[in-house]
Amino acid sequence: MEKELIHLSHISKSYDGSLVLDDLDLKIRENEFMTLLGPSGCGKTTTLRLLGGFETPDAGSVFFDGADITALPPNERKLNTVFQKYALFPHMSIAENIAFGLKISKKSKSYISDKIKYALKLVNLDGFEKRSVDSLSGGQQQRIAIARAIVNEPKVLLLDEPLGALDLKLRQDMQYELIRLKEELGITFVYVTHDQEEALTMSDTIVVMNQGYIQQIGTPEDIYNEPTNAFVADFIGDSNIIDGTMIKDKLVNILGVTIPCVDTGFGQNKPVDVVIRPEDVELSDPPNGFMEGDIVSIIFKGVHYEIEVRANGYDWLVHTTKLFSVGTHVGISVIPFNIQIMNKPESSDEKAVEIDV
Amino acid sequence: MYNFKRQFLSGPYIIWIVGFIVLPILVICYYGITDASGSFTLENIIAISEPIHMKALLLSLKLALVSTLLCLALSYPLAMILNGLHVKHQSFIVFIFVLPMWMNFMLRILAWQLILSNNGILNTVFQALGLPRVSLLNTPAAVVFGMVYDYLPFMILPIYNSMSRIGNDIVDAARDLGCNKFQVFAKIILPLTVSGVLSGIIMVFVPALTSFVISNLLGGGKVLLIGNVIEQEFMQNTNWNMGSGLSIVLMIFVIASMAFMNSHNKEGEGTAVW
Repeated sequence: MEKELIHLSHISKSYDGSLVLDDLDLKIRENEFMTLLGPSGCGKTTTLRLLGGFETPDAGSVFFDGADITALPPNERKLNTVFQKYALFPHMSIAENIAFGLKISKKSKSYISDKIKYALKLVNLDGFEKRSVDSLSGGQQQRIAIARAIVNEPKVLLLDEPLGALDLKLRQDMQYELIRLKEELGITFVYVTHDQEEALTMSDTIVVMNQGYIQQIGTPEDIYNEPTNAFVADFIGDSNIIDGTMIKDKLVNILGVTIPCVDTGFGQNKPVDVVIRPEDVELSDPPNGFMEGDIVSIIFKGVHYEIEVRANGYDWLVHTTKLFSVGTHVGISVIPFNIQIMNKPESSDEKAVEIDV
Repeated sequence: MYNFKRQFLSGPYIIWIVGFIVLPILVICYYGITDASGSFTLENIIAISEPIHMKALLLSLKLALVSTLLCLALSYPLAMILNGLHVKHQSFIVFIFVLPMWMNFMLRILAWQLILSNNGILNTVFQALGLPRVSLLNTPAAVVFGMVYDYLPFMILPIYNSMSRIGNDIVDAARDLGCNKFQVFAKIILPLTVSGVLSGIIMVFVPALTSFVISNLLGGGKVLLIGNVIEQEFMQNTNWNMGSGLSIVLMIFVIASMAFMNSHNKEGEGTAVW
């Protein structure tokens, strides 16, 4: 386990009276690729801007390497930002853009020109020194923005939805590029996105946020397989989220059917959210399965079919590679291990879970 | 046929340009290089070297330069303040600054005449405060006053426009890369507003250089600018040839100053208001 580098301690922030972050506490370790993931307005960008020094918290402190940097302006922080809209300086050439930070910190000319070469190589844009910003495509501009940030050798690179403005293919290429960069540079990345696929692909740790609260912190596998609540389950991938009642340990009732599960400790006859991933739902010929229903629609998605099955008044979302036809009567089954049981939200910060789902 | 129709649409503009811009310039050029009998001469143009004409031209250049610099000194900080204001209020305050432009030009200058005159508002206020009276009217200072007041919006708008186009993220990026606030201004804001400043300078300097109404009303005939000389040649001496010859010289100065500004505008994107 690497040592802790950044600690956001009990941060609160509001704009015009509306609370954006409420008592947020987050620790970022050295060399971690951490992604702040959530819908727009969840506070992820504000968190990043607090780290960059562009915002000051109403309450709480930011610690960097053990020192309190809450009041430090951006230019005195040892981290650099890659902005969503690139924010390259239009009156400067590519080389001048990359050299900007180094010139400000008064590095020698030979050092700067070496760094420019190195950085352009790193982002696969050798020979672009003399080009103007306007002559570059969006993807190229974003790579220059990354180069401009990393030549300063920051301990942490902050990335604010850097791939948001790029098209799908380019976005996927850049994801691999970023992973490669992260490995070559060996620095901490804090990445903000609303794209769950991006988050799952690149991150060591994902922080799922909603309404200014952290919903879950974990590895991509944790977040996907063991979502702690219905919001996370719904935001990360597709899910069947069904109201259920925990009869007793390892036994849950959904849609009038009692089925076995593996969860314990919820008490008896407690209302719960039951989350089942679409790829975990198995379809078979009746009377197999714990429930029977009819196929309402089938959509071909490339890797799998997305099937909707109406059973006991609920439209089940099913991903399967087997071919079925609309109108077929099928049996539904899920192995107990793949049934996730979650508490219904109770307290105020848990309530943020319900909105937006 | 299609192309012909499209070109036809530009007809009114071509008529306008030929009739009201090209033709008058040609007429002026014709008068400028002929004498009263219609034969060719350069005397009207060489006449600029006469001491009285030279003095007027130099004074015009001097007052135009001073007015332009004053406008710039007032406008740049103003544009910065405007740009820093809350978005909601911005357009309203810009509107306030532009508002005088919608009033009649003569009225505005006449108002200054009333304010600056010996028994005017300014001296009344000074007297009430126990300060000595000042006689500003009919001095070059009064003319500069009028010019600055009149042309200020033409300086503010292009500067403000170029400034408001600089995104917040550009400033954030500069801060992020180690700039303190002064460096952000010197390395980002200033270079990115050069084109606005240059168009502002042209839009103030050129009309200030050629103005004659302001110097007539606020200079009281004592401040003789090259514009006044030309006006007098046309209106009082009815010497159209001399007036045209001097106009050509003035035009050369105007074109030269614009060419100078354009050559310094590397951005080449012209941040003019219209």
